[in-house]
Amino acid sequence: MQQLTRSVVVIGVSAGGFEALKLLLGALPADFPLPILIVQHLRSGSGSLADSLQHFCGIRLKEADEGDRIVPGIVYFAPPDYHLLVERDGTLALSVDPPVRYARPSVDVLFESAAESFGAGVIGVILTGANDDGSKGLQLIKTAGGTTIVQDPADAEVAQMPLNALNSGVADYVLPLARIAERLCTLTMGLK
Amino acid sequence: MDLQRLEEIELRLLLDGVFEAYGYDFRNYAEASLKRRLRHWLAEQGYASLSIAQGEILRDRAVFTSFLQGLTVNVSEMFRDPKFFRTLREHVLPFLRTWPFMRIWVAGCAGGEEAYSLAIVLHEGGVLRRCRIYATDINEAILDRARDGIFALRDMQNFTRNYQLAGGTTEFADYYTARYDRALMLPALRENILFTPHNLAVDADFGEMHLILCRNVLIYFNPTLKERALGLFDTALTAGGFLCLGMKETLEIRSIAANYREIAKGIRIYRKDYPD
Ligand SMILES: C[S@@+](CC[C@H](N)C(=O)[O-])C[C@H]1O[C@@H](n2cnc3c(N)ncnc32)[C@H](O)[C@@H]1O
Repeated sequence: MQQLTRSVVVIGVSAGGFEALKLLLGALPADFPLPILIVQHLRSGSGSLADSLQHFCGIRLKEADEGDRIVPGIVYFAPPDYHLLVERDGTLALSVDPPVRYARPSVDVLFESAAESFGAGVIGVILTGANDDGSKGLQLIKTAGGTTIVQDPADAEVAQMPLNALNSGVADYVLPLARIAERLCTLTMGLK
Repeated sequence: MDLQRLEEIELRLLLDGVFEAYGYDFRNYAEASLKRRLRHWLAEQGYASLSIAQGEILRDRAVFTSFLQGLTVNVSEMFRDPKFFRTLREHVLPFLRTWPFMRIWVAGCAGGEEAYSLAIVLHEGGVLRRCRIYATDINEAILDRARDGIFALRDMQNFTRNYQLAGGTTEFADYYTARYDRALMLPALRENILFTPHNLAVDADFGEMHLILCRNVLIYFNPTLKERALGLFDTALTAGGFLCLGMKETLEIRSIAANYREIAKGIRIYRKDYPD
């Protein structure tokens, strides 16, 4: 049996996300020690982000399938038009619950389930975007004892989403994009 | 005791109680989604905790009904995933035609969107009169709505686009009449549809089927319940029949998979083998 992971990185990103993820994921080592789950808002009908970004990354990317057991060193993307959740046993779940404030997948839904399933083992990251999705989820991560990172709004292609996350007052780190990968690596050092 | 542990106990007690009192079994639903919906329902109804709600759910059927509405996700659309309906039309219909009479099961039919879409495909394929569609759901209130065949007019634009992408051969507007803000589906479409309650978690299968659709329902179940539901489908499905799952649901890792072939990659339409 695969060893159960008790820690996970969750990332929420919207407008401007492709470029931001290209930079962030491109800077992570292929053997990054945690699983990474990402909700990126997309127009429905758009192609797989995992496929189009893989080219720029050493770390492995895949679109989440229901029941996937999350493993370190793989990045899982929410499929367009489904919410992505993570269960306590470390498997992924999808849902077609209604959009949450116009978003499906919703960052809040992912963050809430991560906080509930993994508690203090969660590192939540909010990147560029034009709405306030993720702010509530980030608070839940913080309340559950997790770690929170917000992209510096001045550095974000669209500042709204990071700004809203900052306003919730729970950011442990506010960093320009170029330094987030490095921070993720220091935070998870020795976690192998 | 920490709050999370306490909530787990409350949840287990409540689901056991609901099963014993009402026969609805939610104990094998995927947890993350279930908890999320429960939290919303609690907040909406103004209960401070599951324990407080429990007494009322168990003693008052009206509260239970509201609880059931809160737990089930009845979101659907007509011709959801047009690619799926196009494949059904192009690759499944030719086989269906070879049967003199077809029994079809739409499990987890929500408001009937999928059953009406299917009826339209069968009608355009010239076989609707030879079909009996059993459209089932756990939620009786939503089945009443499905029987009425009334949808919001504002959704028709999206449904029309889906219909066209799915390879519809006429105008979608031919299939409904608009009145105020409502669209009433053509009554002829539902003459061959029977909307009836059925719970995949507790009920038995129902007889021989040639085509089964169960889309976006299994994602809410844990592996144990998924296996149960698929077992029902496997028992009901005749050899050479078709099983259709949601676009993000796979058969590959399930125990019945060995007897099924996916007929178009990624569309999740599986054909049951003939015994050799
Ligand atoms: C998200 S809807 C899917 C509707 C439609 N099949 C589609 O794909 O658009 C899920 C439906 O499954 C029903 N359902 C949930 N649990 C069920 C069970 N145990 N037995 C039968 N139906 C169930 C819900 O009431 C809901 O209507």
